[in-house]
Amino acid sequence: MVLECKHVWEHISGYLDGTLDSEVQMQVQKHLEHCEICSAILDSTRNILILTADDRVYELPLGFSERLHARLDKELSGLAPPEKSET
Amino acid sequence: MAEATELRNELQMITSILGGETHLFHELIRPYERSVYVMALSFLHNEADAEDTAQEAFLKAYRNLSSFRGDSKFGTWLISITLNEARSRIRRKNAVKIESLDEPTGEDGHVSPALLRDWREIPSESLERQEVRHLLQEAIGSLPPIYRETFLLRDVEELSIAEAAQVLKITAVSVKVRLHRARMMLQKSLAPQLKQMNSKRRWFPWS
Repeated sequence: MVLECKHVWEHISGYLDGTLDSEVQMQVQKHLEHCEICSAILDSTRNILILTADDRVYELPLGFSERLHARLDKELSGLAPPEKSET
Repeated sequence: MAEATELRNELQMITSILGGETHLFHELIRPYERSVYVMALSFLHNEADAEDTAQEAFLKAYRNLSSFRGDSKFGTWLISITLNEARSRIRRKNAVKIESLDEPTGEDGHVSPALLRDWREIPSESLERQEVRHLLQEAIGSLPPIYRETFLLRDVEELSIAEAAQVLKITAVSVKVRLHRARMMLQKSLAPQLKQMNSKRRWFPWS
């Protein structure tokens, strides 16, 4: 069975995660070998996922950690430990 | 192996904290500061609110530490708390502005990707540029909430499909469907913009 482009698009995410059935995976693979457009869609999606997963996309504000731990200190000091669960 | 050791250490730390060594909580959460903040920021859209939400989430985690059962990873549990905290804050804010947390209409609809003839790799180094980081943040922030949270859990926080399903209280199949749509929406909005940037200027003198 030959897949049309729009059917291939439905499998881009699964293809990237390797969660497709082996038969579908093979059909998609075959299609990609000769379809420039679908290959470009796959490549751009993969590229975007690599970029968005990069730690540099979101920077912690300056002093975030210091402020957080200072606030936690207030909670932690002087108070009893968090209540123990009943067992 | 390393992960298993880490999990054991976390469980030991939690036991010690509950036993009175509360200062260990600082150490316990250090690896998760960024994850919690990013999760909060992508919902609150401003740094001050996100920071406050992140702090609240950590405090809640501390106060409820005894209810952590160890049937999920501590990190996953912490992210669930953050998600709830962010959602409830949005609900409070939404007295003014409505952003639905429900499924957007057209749940069955397909998301068509942006059609391109070729793709020239955008290197990770491009993230040194504020402009590129901003573009990505905007695109993620503009996703409908149910797609945004699934995408963040899976592709930014790198949870497994099963873990994401657990946090969101949906099935693994739903996670896959939402993830696919989120990724296609991002491709659709980002690919043309990134491509244009790529052709306008070169990232490196030698490329």
